[in-house]
Amino acid sequence: MKKIEAIIKPFKIEEVKDALSELGIEGMTVTEVKGFGRQKGHTEIYRGSEYTVDFLPKIKLELVVADDAVEAAIKAIVEAAKTGKIGDGKVFVLPVENAIRIRTGETGNQAV
Amino acid sequence: MVRLLAAIASLALLGAVTSTLHAEDSPAAAVAATPAPTPVAFTNAPVAAQTAYLQAALTNGDPTATNIAPTAIAGHNAWMMVSSAFVLMMTLPGLALFYGGLVRSKNILSIIAMCFGITAMVSVIWWAVGYSLVFGSNFASPFLGGTENFFFKGITSDPNTSYAYWVSQNVFAIFQLTFAIITPALIFGATAERMKFSAIMAFVFGWMFIVYFPLAHMVWGSTGLMNGVWNATAKIPAIDFAGGTVVHMSSGWSALILCLILGKRVGHGKEPMPPHSLVLTFIGTALLWIGWYGFNAGSAVAADGVAANAFTTTTLATAVGAFTWPLMEWVFRGKPSVLGFCSGAVAGLVVITPACGFVNSMGAVIIGVLAGVIPYLACTVVKNIFKYDDALDTFGVHGVGGTVGALITGVLVDPTVNANLGGAAATANGLAKAIADHTLVVAQAKAAGITIAMAVVGTLILGFLVKLVIGLRPSVEAEHQGLDITDHGEEGYNH
Repeated sequence: MKKIEAIIKPFKIEEVKDALSELGIEGMTVTEVKGFGRQKGHTEIYRGSEYTVDFLPKIKLELVVADDAVEAAIKAIVEAAKTGKIGDGKVFVLPVENAIRIRTGETGNQAV
Repeated sequence: MVRLLAAIASLALLGAVTSTLHAEDSPAAAVAATPAPTPVAFTNAPVAAQTAYLQAALTNGDPTATNIAPTAIAGHNAWMMVSSAFVLMMTLPGLALFYGGLVRSKNILSIIAMCFGITAMVSVIWWAVGYSLVFGSNFASPFLGGTENFFFKGITSDPNTSYAYWVSQNVFAIFQLTFAIITPALIFGATAERMKFSAIMAFVFGWMFIVYFPLAHMVWGSTGLMNGVWNATAKIPAIDFAGGTVVHMSSGWSALILCLILGKRVGHGKEPMPPHSLVLTFIGTALLWIGWYGFNAGSAVAADGVAANAFTTTTLATAVGAFTWPLMEWVFRGKPSVLGFCSGAVAGLVVITPACGFVNSMGAVIIGVLAGVIPYLACTVVKNIFKYDDALDTFGVHGVGGTVGALITGVLVDPTVNANLGGAAATANGLAKAIADHTLVVAQAKAAGITIAMAVVGTLILGFLVKLVIGLRPSVEAEHQGLDITDHGEEGYNH
């Protein structure tokens, strides 16, 4: 099992979700986050005061999939989230030791 | 110990005030004695007198010649009650939301508490002594009113004909109260996010007595030094229709001095301090604009043609200001901002305030353009050069805008829109001649200079006095946490 963490542009979340659903992936967790990479922030001006806002709103997507589904899931996320402009985000893949479905007690690939 | 001293001081003051009241009782009665001939009741007057009286009532005219005692009249009184409520709405919630949206979310309640606290405290001071010190007359002084109306003594639903023939004096007193409320509240935009609630209240208490009451009497009192329209013996025959000097210059210049005494906010210039809700600021601005009709058109103290003119000029100047300010931003910064629309509208309202009953529609449009340019430069260029922390731009908008308004009124004045500019008092004191000679701006400059001097000196004295006795600023830690929790024990947003 692997955990996939993707930081993407907020307006891309629907496309990414649809692409993952087509692969048969049935669950994910989404969080509104703020951060920056190479894109940096933007400037806000309030009358005479100018502020640089470093942290931009992004979406963090987390899902755990069986090993044989990892490549397809990454490909789906990257294709759906890509605009080609700076600030598209990143995908991280982490090993997962185990998973347990609370309702039934199933473990491992059965639980994800 | 400090609190004890403050309590003793206020008791002593109250004692002094009360004894003055009793000492002045009989002279006050003598002054108020009815002049001959004794006015008759409307129903006992001849039909010709009744007709003339009603004619005067319809046009807000002087009924003295009819020898019928003036009474409050439905239309004028109704408009003044509505206007009073409108001007109160400018502070609660207008100014509270306008300023509240501009601070960080941890300080929103400190702004609301400031507005509410001032409303409550000033109302009591106004009832006890304030109205009388401004609009009383037994001092017969150009600088302060009198003692005869302390504790609203003698203030009934009958008119005080020194100020309005057809409006109840109690309504007039409440109308003027709403001005006395919003004026000090404006100051604390400059000091936002870093002045203790107790210090604000102590400062306002003193400021009303040494700046507002004398200044309001000098400009609007029947014996006032600078009341060009109504005081035949005014030494400086200047004009200020709704409070360019009394309200905006006094608060704006006091704001500048107080924010300099106070110092900058912790982290100013290093950490971002953006407005926490421009939506609240927008709602506040809209309420201010609507309420300002009571402020400006209501300052005619009648529902007459002068009020109608003020109503019109107020709308035009505000709209043009709200157009010009964001246009400046668009040209010089690339984007027209919502805060720019709000700032331009308020600046337009400020600059038209002294002029609204004295200029025509062309004058109002010119004023709107000036309001969109000069205060804009004050808030963006001047503030950044001198680096003072006028947090919400009270000086930039009200101090600078009010001064521009006071001066430009002397240039754009049009005597055809307001017959009082050629009335008996204006003719006697030289106002009418100054307008005809196009020299009114000299008197306006004198009035502006006196206003700045009173605001600056008064604020220097009070600012350092309050700093010495109870301190002006919260601890650095409290300022970091936000004044809502440290001063009021609650938060604006719990989610």
